[in-house]
Amino acid sequence: MAAIPAWLTLLIAPFIVLNVVIGLVTYVTLLERKFAARMQSRIGPYRVGPHGLLQPIADALKLMMKEDVVPTAADRRIYNLAPIVFLIPCMLIFATIPFAPGLGVADVNIGILFFLAVSAMEIVGLFMAGWGSNNKYALLSAMRAVNQIISYDLPFIFSALVPVLLAGSLKMSDIAAVQQGSLLKWFIFYPVIGQLAFIMFIVSTLAAENRVPFDILEAESELVAGFRVEYSGMKFALIQLGEYAHMIGSSFLGALLFLGAWSGPGPEYLGPIWFLLKAMFIFLVVTWIRWSFVRIRVDQILALSWKALLPATLGLLITTAVVVVWRTSGF
Amino acid sequence: MLDVNNTTRVEMDWSGPERLQMNMGPQHPSAHGVFRAILGLQGETVVDVDAVIGYLHRCHEKLSETLTYAQYPSIASKTDYVAAMTSEFAYVLAAEEIGKFEVPKRAQYLRVIVAELQRIASHLLWLGTWCMDMGGALGGGATIFLYCIREREDILDLFESLVGARLLYGFFQVGGVRYDIPDGWAEQCRSTIDRINSRIDEYEQMLEDNAFFLARTKGVGVVSRELAQDVGISGPLLRGSGINWDLRRAVPYSSYQDFDFRVPVETDGDCYARYRVRMAEFRQAISITRQALDKLPEGPISSRPALKSVAQIRIPKGEAYARVEGPRGEVGTYMISDGSAKPYRMKWRGASFSNLAILPHIIPGHKVADVVAIMGSVDPVFGEVDR
Amino acid sequence: MTADETRAALASTFGVEVASAPMMSVTVSPDRWEELGRFAQESLGCRFFSFLTAVDWKEQGLEVVAQVNNVDDNIALMLKTRLGPGVTTCSSLTPVYRGANWMERECFDMFGIRFENHPDLRRILLEDTWEGHPLLKSYAVDTPHPPYR
Repeated sequence: MAAIPAWLTLLIAPFIVLNVVIGLVTYVTLLERKFAARMQSRIGPYRVGPHGLLQPIADALKLMMKEDVVPTAADRRIYNLAPIVFLIPCMLIFATIPFAPGLGVADVNIGILFFLAVSAMEIVGLFMAGWGSNNKYALLSAMRAVNQIISYDLPFIFSALVPVLLAGSLKMSDIAAVQQGSLLKWFIFYPVIGQLAFIMFIVSTLAAENRVPFDILEAESELVAGFRVEYSGMKFALIQLGEYAHMIGSSFLGALLFLGAWSGPGPEYLGPIWFLLKAMFIFLVVTWIRWSFVRIRVDQILALSWKALLPATLGLLITTAVVVVWRTSGF
Repeated sequence: MLDVNNTTRVEMDWSGPERLQMNMGPQHPSAHGVFRAILGLQGETVVDVDAVIGYLHRCHEKLSETLTYAQYPSIASKTDYVAAMTSEFAYVLAAEEIGKFEVPKRAQYLRVIVAELQRIASHLLWLGTWCMDMGGALGGGATIFLYCIREREDILDLFESLVGARLLYGFFQVGGVRYDIPDGWAEQCRSTIDRINSRIDEYEQMLEDNAFFLARTKGVGVVSRELAQDVGISGPLLRGSGINWDLRRAVPYSSYQDFDFRVPVETDGDCYARYRVRMAEFRQAISITRQALDKLPEGPISSRPALKSVAQIRIPKGEAYARVEGPRGEVGTYMISDGSAKPYRMKWRGASFSNLAILPHIIPGHKVADVVAIMGSVDPVFGEVDR
Repeated sequence: MTADETRAALASTFGVEVASAPMMSVTVSPDRWEELGRFAQESLGCRFFSFLTAVDWKEQGLEVVAQVNNVDDNIALMLKTRLGPGVTTCSSLTPVYRGANWMERECFDMFGIRFENHPDLRRILLEDTWEGHPLLKSYAVDTPHPPYR
């Protein structure tokens, strides 16, 4: 068989990754619903297909068939563009994640930087949605979103940089490679620093993904549905898709940075499965928090970020840097 | 229809105090019914509230002038539909007071049992919906909500086997109660309240060990002693503001003096204090129910059995104000009788109406998210507000 | 302050008889209504405002009724005033008890009583365009109203 030309792989790989991600997103919603149902002593989706397994497909079909309502007073261009602008960064973050050694779209040498930069861009689409809807709930929500994302991107980046410092590389496959071999090489088991960084990473991930208890921009008890209150049908589905894709992307990042990516027992081809399981573990931790906490207020969220999380992550980053330098050069 | 070309455009300059008018309701996920709060916002801070009520007005007071003393109790349950038993209670108590009707001891105890069970059911619904207001239907609040609803179902099951209805009962009648408890009901009731008692501990743990819950409730929506009395809020809200005032203790009705219970009082006046009071009331209600079941005397359940026509009850001329301590506070009926089979005039003093009137006094200065927390802690039922 | 002292204080200040059955109630003329409220709050310690309503006594006119409580000494006091035939104005208790605000709005809504000095006298339960005041005895139950007229 002739080798596949490079330009073709560049086309095929993103296509496969995108489809896998979309499939994953639909089923992750089912996983979350089942998990939440367990927590609340319910059964959850059960009617569509065996054990409700076809529920995500039914949901997707329903959303596609819904009427697409555009409010009369909306800023039409911005309103229509917003879901796409929101979705693209959420999908792009998967570009630099290697799912196994050599299995990924583009394993660039600034992979982490790319991920962090792109994932922060979803705020543009979010604000467009809030502004373009010409709805007061949406506008308030968009304002809150900007506040929150600006406050939480820094702790998010700083906590993600701790493993980067430990591995000494911004390239994702390098970070994963350092953690191979033994369980103790995972960065979460790095004494003290690893655990602290992981906790801070989870907290800032929650905030960056707008999950409970930081979901003030959705806040359906006061702002109804926040920035997407006026969206329906496929546009709503795109926003939903983007949110979940972002969440899964962050879970993969967490698994890669702290849980050793594809390292695990068994032959090497099981690597991607391990990676997926670890990502799902992080996702379930996030879900678990979501279904047991109440939402906090906007001023409390900002205070938590600027007064606690930001100094803590910054301090941790500096400590890590000192520790790394001390261990490598031993001054 | 909104004319797009004709909308007014407001240029925002960033120096002035431009306010955003935001409607919360009448259709809103956190309005417990149909309530419209017009909020004036300055950024995230509420500076001005106007409350619009009346969407659920069903002319209860006019209706009571056209219905006889035998007919109205089952309509009375529709004022506060979350605590239907206490609404009926207030009406029959007023009629009995004017008519000087004797109520058999067994009926009095049965009334106490259902009123206390109703208090538990109502507080369970309050806890669930309040947490849902703060935690969201897609968050931790929904978890508590579903737990609470599960327990409330058990109590509704008890009512169902007692009356045959689950929400609106028609259990009370002038002179007594309509049904006696069926066989095995007392045991079922005992096991249900035991189960609820242990579950309440779990909820308390889940909420009070949660820093975010405390952050959302402590120091939010503080009602001072003076304001509380001035506006006339009652029930857990009044006791949360440090006033020891419980009608079951102050003006004992229906043999409440026979039972041993404590009136929980908190002094902080914030949402958390109201939460603490209600959590303590759960336990007191459970204890009163147990005592009433233990001491339940034998005998008739009504002094006026076998009503043959709806106009059979006539009470002499006179007036009375009867009040009961409902789950939300003082539920009262001011009734004037002219000697016919129908009241000449009846005023419902709905607890929620007065409780809701506190909102414009305490909301300004809080954030938007606090509005729903405060409203939830007031626990309004709009059937009772609008009557 | 005991119930007897309350009764004596009311009788000496307002020069009226204080009924004690079926509940402690005092009737004053409409011009002393606000004064009565203030006296009850400040001198009698009846700070808890329970409710305010009105009764339509047909040709004898309207009566305004309010209940206040002294929660420290457990005294319930009913305040009453007769407006007289055809009179629909009354002084407001809202400057004294803030809780009277909504109650008086409801009274205005249902009986058409205009409370002077009320800060915000609008209909509260019925819509602003409603015609008539339903709890008056002259308002028949089946009075047609738009859009069903």
